[in-house]
Amino acid sequence: MADVILVVAEQRSGQLNRASFETIAAAQAIAKETGWPVQVVLPGNQVMPLAAQLAQQSVQSVYALEAPELAAYTSDAYVHALSQFIGEKQPRVVLFPHTYQVRDFGPRLALALDRTLISDATGYKLDAGRLLFTRQMFQGKFTADVAFTGDAPWMATIQIGAFRADTSAAAQAPVERASAAVSQSSARITPHEIFQEAKQAVDLSQAPVIVAVGRGIKEEKNLSLAQDLANVLGGELAASRPICDNGWLPLERQIGSSGQTVAPNLYIALGISGAIQHIVGVKGARTIVAINKDREAPIFEIADVGVVGNLFDVVPALTAEIKKAKAGS
Amino acid sequence: MKILVCIKQVPQKDAPLKLNAAGTWIHEDVSYEVNEPDAYALEEALRQKEKHGGEVVVLTAGPARAQQVLREALAKGADRAIHLEDEKFVQLDSANTARAIHAAIAQESFDLIVTGLQSDDFGAAQTGVLLAEILGIPHATIIIGIEKTDTGLRLKRELEAGHYQHIETTMPALLTIQSGINKLRYATLIGIKQAKMKPVRKVTWADVESKISPNLQQIVRLYVPEKQKRTEMMEGPAPEVARKVVDYLRTAARVI
Repeated sequence: MADVILVVAEQRSGQLNRASFETIAAAQAIAKETGWPVQVVLPGNQVMPLAAQLAQQSVQSVYALEAPELAAYTSDAYVHALSQFIGEKQPRVVLFPHTYQVRDFGPRLALALDRTLISDATGYKLDAGRLLFTRQMFQGKFTADVAFTGDAPWMATIQIGAFRADTSAAAQAPVERASAAVSQSSARITPHEIFQEAKQAVDLSQAPVIVAVGRGIKEEKNLSLAQDLANVLGGELAASRPICDNGWLPLERQIGSSGQTVAPNLYIALGISGAIQHIVGVKGARTIVAINKDREAPIFEIADVGVVGNLFDVVPALTAEIKKAKAGS
Repeated sequence: MKILVCIKQVPQKDAPLKLNAAGTWIHEDVSYEVNEPDAYALEEALRQKEKHGGEVVVLTAGPARAQQVLREALAKGADRAIHLEDEKFVQLDSANTARAIHAAIAQESFDLIVTGLQSDDFGAAQTGVLLAEILGIPHATIIIGIEKTDTGLRLKRELEAGHYQHIETTMPALLTIQSGINKLRYATLIGIKQAKMKPVRKVTWADVESKISPNLQQIVRLYVPEKQKRTEMMEGPAPEVARKVVDYLRTAARVI
């Protein structure tokens, strides 16, 4: 067992994602308290230039884990390559970003190594030498401290946005190429090109004001209440996933992990409970106003202003009041 | 196609939850419903059966109360059900839940296994993927489109930020289903009547216990989240609250 924190970084089509840097930041925070050095492994094909970028992150070393079969992601190839690599290195801790890709292969990898994976951690605690990870449960209504009861490697995925990425360059750490032996005969899954649906007509990421609706809006016809509020503020209308699943608003107006990530000056959440998948999309908002009938709703955890009340009463009153304020100014 | 659907009963979305005295779990005397993505997985299984024929078997693990979600699934059109019935199944980690399911279906062989992409209670998003690993079959996650082909399945997989990918897989396979893949149906009155006649096979803790290992992860403490922000809470008559919010937006936040 090596006292090392290994970060499994992620790239897609020659680009590192921000979540990888956030996970390195999480590893560095743990390293600061434990003294365990941080190493990074980047699976892919011909990823040495990207590995060199990661090597500027104040880490001990970076491995480019390469094989032609890792060029386009499949869970089988990733599990095979990484289980060998981790099995050999025996790091004490392995951290991953909680991306869709890691959700796809991470659990299988942990089981292949006869270990467990604590998923979607928002933080960690060191409790008398024991490493705990904190994670949200019951859609964010509670937080849990979760412990490993078995042997290292202790594996966890880090929630998007939970740690602040430091992308400023530090001294260059050594980069090493590690070739992975992946058997091609086991290809059960054939991946095709990644694509986007029809070009998006709205770019919510640039909107200064967003009024977003959730399940609390109850019926499609009630959307006009939210639209009126958005109009007086010169903002865009958006929604949490269930609203788009119902077809009440197009998918391009969906905010959250599967939709858009936004950073408006003002974000007004109407009848949105604040499930994790939604909250990760709005963490960048400067001011958040939440209106919800349930005072325990997790959305209030991230709100600057929380209104406990019936949105069908509060929203028209708020629209009228803003109209008045704008007319007076 | 013989299809297995793994579903879970979770606390209702707006049910007020309270911690138990030990601070390790919730008080279980709340209202429950089927985990939402699991409902979409069931719907998808029913649609595939309608197109290609076969059988839809629905499975859950949980105490007696969990039988409700099986009855609802049978009423919607599932052919039969398997209930791993015991209070103890609730506290298994994802790997052990997958092992228990594996043990319960050891005598069967399914062409396709579907389940929701994650549960609204634990939210670990692992059980389905781990079941595939234990069964030694391919899997794909966060699926929003399924098409049967001559050689297997052509799938549409959701990626982050509005990206998608088509992938092909051989069968048998396990898929985790994203909410919104289809439109959910309601159970009909006839369906509800027929459901009462459909078989539910019970699997006890003792039946599968030998396949279960000690949990490798454990909740040490469950608690109300620590506030990340100072939230100014407002309550009262709507016009008054509206004035207070506008006041905040003008003076404190300066956004209007």
